[in-house]
Amino acid sequence: MAFRESALGELKVPLTWTAAVAVVVAGIIAVALLVSDRRETLQEEAYGAARKTVDTVAAPVSGAIAAPGRWTGQGLSWISVYFFTASENRKLRRELEEMRSWRDTAIGLKEQNDRYQALLGLKLNPPIPMVAARVVADSRGPFANARIADTGRSRGVTVGNPVVSERGLVGRVAGVTNSASRVLLLTDIASRTPVMINRTNARAILTGDGGPNPKLEYLRRDDLVKAGDLVVTSGDGGVLPRGLPVGVAVKDIRGNWRVALAADNTSIDFVQIIKFVDFSQLADIKALSEAEMPPVTTKDPQATVLRPNAAMQAPQALNSPKVTAIVAPLASVPRPLPKPVSPLTPVQAVAPPPPPVAATMAATQLISPATPQFNGRR
Amino acid sequence: MSLSAAWPINPWRWLALPALICIGATMLFAAPFRVFGLQLPEPIFAMVPTFAWAVIRPSVLAPFGVLLLGLFLDSFLGGPMGLWGLSLLAAYATVLLMRKLMSGQSRAMMWAWFAGSTGIAMLAGFFFTMLDSLAIPSLVGVLWQFLATVLLFPFADYLVDQFEDADVRFR
Repeated sequence: MAFRESALGELKVPLTWTAAVAVVVAGIIAVALLVSDRRETLQEEAYGAARKTVDTVAAPVSGAIAAPGRWTGQGLSWISVYFFTASENRKLRRELEEMRSWRDTAIGLKEQNDRYQALLGLKLNPPIPMVAARVVADSRGPFANARIADTGRSRGVTVGNPVVSERGLVGRVAGVTNSASRVLLLTDIASRTPVMINRTNARAILTGDGGPNPKLEYLRRDDLVKAGDLVVTSGDGGVLPRGLPVGVAVKDIRGNWRVALAADNTSIDFVQIIKFVDFSQLADIKALSEAEMPPVTTKDPQATVLRPNAAMQAPQALNSPKVTAIVAPLASVPRPLPKPVSPLTPVQAVAPPPPPVAATMAATQLISPATPQFNGRR
Repeated sequence: MSLSAAWPINPWRWLALPALICIGATMLFAAPFRVFGLQLPEPIFAMVPTFAWAVIRPSVLAPFGVLLLGLFLDSFLGGPMGLWGLSLLAAYATVLLMRKLMSGQSRAMMWAWFAGSTGIAMLAGFFFTMLDSLAIPSLVGVLWQFLATVLLFPFADYLVDQFEDADVRFR
């Protein structure tokens, strides 16, 4: 028997009111989700299961959808190359002549740099590895600017990794699944990037607003920047390596400083993800606090650490319990005698090892070999 | 009771199918494609069923369909979760309240109503984004997206035409 013909069939439900209740319930769910959203924190935990599922599914589907567009672009490029081969050849010859002189300069500078590094005993970190990825989806609305790349955790990508194109910084990895990564672009309204003006070293925060040119905020003074200044990452906070090119400073019609992004001038379908780790942030506080200190066994701290004449100069102060407690652990550390200076490595033999932070910053020099001029100052 | 004047319409036809088409169109327009430095526009395709569902009839399922579409947009576009769900629901609720005023209006007038409801969704998105990110979104970007979305009215009109007369109780 059909429902309408049953006794309950005459029961009239006020559908408009029921629909209104449904709207309210759906609205409450949406508000709860919005309030609990923490995507701007760029933490692994904040990237929920729903987003990961959508990314996992969307990456191959969007890749298939984007394929015809990519093929069309390649076809247009092939036609363009075919018709403009002669002019392209002339242009490339001119560039080659110019590049030859730059190559000689670069070889000279590299040798000089190697010599300085040897003299200073610098221990640089190994080159930071990168992963190339294809962009399969690109959102560019006013409320969200992000891309989905088809490379994920399986190739070592983690949340927070910087993403660059061949011209400069594109954004950061905001979420990662096994096979896909979500890249939060510099233009996204949740994006905050520590940058500096290359000419003056003035620090600022690059703040996205959904438009094509993010804002330069928290500049200390207005005269520290002028139109056309190169803007690079400052490396402050350890979230990004120092010296990645971002763009050039421009002024908007209201007089605010913005940045014309360098990455805008490149193709958008390929990016490189830098597997950057800030070594200054690697200390595991929990592990450090839980580890037991080795026992201190000293017979006579004053006799082993303090020189006789120093002990004579301030015998009372050094005999106090506080000083003994500080000095005692030091006494247990064996101190090698300074080696004789070798004629082959005069400075390296006595140079102290560089601190880890400095080594980390030095590592940024290896990331962008095309932009060595950004890395010289701190 | 005779069902000659009130045949129930299949939710798969008027809810699920348009929603799936919207999802497909959104993914298609999110392709990373740039010609001469210009990218594809990014209209909010979900406004089409949001508007049409409210005009066709009041429904218990439709608000949750709108919410699901909004959540898909948030997940796929990478925005805060719940932003588009809430914004689209604001537009849906407004159209649902005003649907009696819209009955019998000309196509141009319905286009204006569609633009108005789109404006409400965009304003809600602007406002909620401002609260969520503590920053002001680009007004130019909002305007472009609004204009691109308003151009989708013919699809909403088609959907309304398909199902408006399906159940005379809701005319």
